Amino acid sequence: MKKIEAVIQPFKLEDVKNALKAIGIDGMTITEVRGHGRQKGHKEVYRGQEYQVDLLPKMKLELIVASARVEEVVQTLSQAARTGKIGDGKIFISTVEEAIRIRNDERGEAAL
Amino acid sequence: MLKRICLCLLMSLCCLPLALQAQAPATVDEKLKVLEESAKAAQSAGDNAWMLVSCALVLFMTGPGLALFYGGLVRRKNVLATMMHSFALMALVTILWALVGYSLAFSEGNPFVGGFQYAFLHGVGTAPNVDYAPTIPHLTFMAFQLMFAIITPALISGAYAERMKFSTMLVYTTLWMLVVYFPMAHMVWGKGGLLNAALGGRIPCLDFAGGTVVHITSGVSALVAALVLGPRAGYREEPMKPHNLVLSVIGACMLWFGWFGFNAGSALNASGLASSAFVATHFGAAAAAAGWLLAEWWRNGKASMLGGISGCVAGLVAITPASGFVQPMPALLIGFLAGMFCFFMVTFVKMKLGYDDALDAFGVHGAGGTLGALLTGIFAVSAVNPILKSATGATLPSGLIDGNAAQLGNQAIGVLIAITLGAAGSFVCLKIAGALCGLRPNAEEEESGLDLSMHGEEGYNLDA
Repeated sequence: MKKIEAVIQPFKLEDVKNALKAIGIDGMTITEVRGHGRQKGHKEVYRGQEYQVDLLPKMKLELIVASARVEEVVQTLSQAARTGKIGDGKIFISTVEEAIRIRNDERGEAAL
Repeated sequence: MLKRICLCLLMSLCCLPLALQAQAPATVDEKLKVLEESAKAAQSAGDNAWMLVSCALVLFMTGPGLALFYGGLVRRKNVLATMMHSFALMALVTILWALVGYSLAFSEGNPFVGGFQYAFLHGVGTAPNVDYAPTIPHLTFMAFQLMFAIITPALISGAYAERMKFSTMLVYTTLWMLVVYFPMAHMVWGKGGLLNAALGGRIPCLDFAGGTVVHITSGVSALVAALVLGPRAGYREEPMKPHNLVLSVIGACMLWFGWFGFNAGSALNASGLASSAFVATHFGAAAAAAGWLLAEWWRNGKASMLGGISGCVAGLVAITPASGFVQPMPALLIGFLAGMFCFFMVTFVKMKLGYDDALDAFGVHGAGGTLGALLTGIFAVSAVNPILKSATGATLPSGLIDGNAAQLGNQAIGVLIAITLGAAGSFVCLKIAGALCGLRPNAEEEESGLDLSMHGEEGYNLDA
């Protein structure tokens, strides 16, 4: 089992969710985060006091998928989230030791 | 209602010739007397109605007007504490006013402060006080002045926002009212006051609705408070953006709305003077907003919402002393100048000198009030308000454009007294309050936010 962590533009969330649903991926955890890579921030001015805002709002998705499906999910996610501009985001993959369904104690890929 | 009464009176007057033919002259005199009394009563009813509404409008300026305006400008963790500054003073100042404040400000005493004739509002009833407002109940006049007394110390809170202990604020304000506000109000508006233009002050100062009494005293006191308390922890290092400008916009518009009561209500009746002050007030606000926005647009490339609301408040402050003395076109000019001047004070001077006047109480109220008071000396005309009278009762010219250049000197004296009293008074009261209660919260309390440390609450529990 692998964990797919994706940081994407907030306005791309709907596209990504729909695309993943279309290939049968329903479960995910979403958090609102702030961050940046190479994307520049912006300047705000309040009564002459200037603020450089570098931490930009993003969406983080976390999905746990069966190892066999990783590449398919990554491709779908990537294409749905892409605009072609700096700030599109990144995907990280890590290995997951175990997954347990709380409701009935199912384990392993059956719990996904 | 007033129209109907006037119509009835007119019709009665038309019937008079018929009555004259049928009755003896003595009855005509009696009828005229009754008519005069009715007209007076009608005028009084109109005046009192407007004045009671004005009382409510001015209170509205403090709560929720100022509370929202200031509340939106601070960080989220201090929003309630900041609103509490305005709200708590609505309670505290009312009690002080009722017990001794009104008396110390408006009863006769010496040129600097009143006496205790009206303590506990003794002698303040529904009959008019003919010296101050001959057509409305004394109670109404007292209530109107109370609302001014409430908002003045609330303005100071803009300077010590986010770093003042609540208990200390209450003690400081109580002392400040006694040392600064009651005497200043007496000097400018009280009978026998040193600066009272209408009631025989030796140095007549033209201050229609409180440029000196309210704005300069509070603005300068605010600067002193900012200096004595020192800057907020992390000032100039950590970001301190307004957490909710939406609230501030709403608050500013409420201030504009309520200011009609503040200025036009200072006519103390529903006459043409009230209309004149109403128009001057509105024009001042509008022109100042335009002035600040233009200055900002030119300097920063963008006209901001915060700039707009700051500008309109600056204009309202500046027009306050002038509102019942100037014509509409000068009101536009006064507003425009105030918008640009206060923009300069807040964005340039404050940055240069480095003091942490968190919400620009000095930059807007102190500076705007000073400019307005001086411009009043230039643009006041007796055609709008024949306030200065010679010993024989003839109307004297008011300001410079009216032919009285010396008035500028008197305005300057009034301004200087307000500045001195505000600065010295604020310093002394801070030191005493600090000695009794401690001035600032400790570092942990300030870091966690005053809402939690002072009041045990959070402003937004959006997940609840």
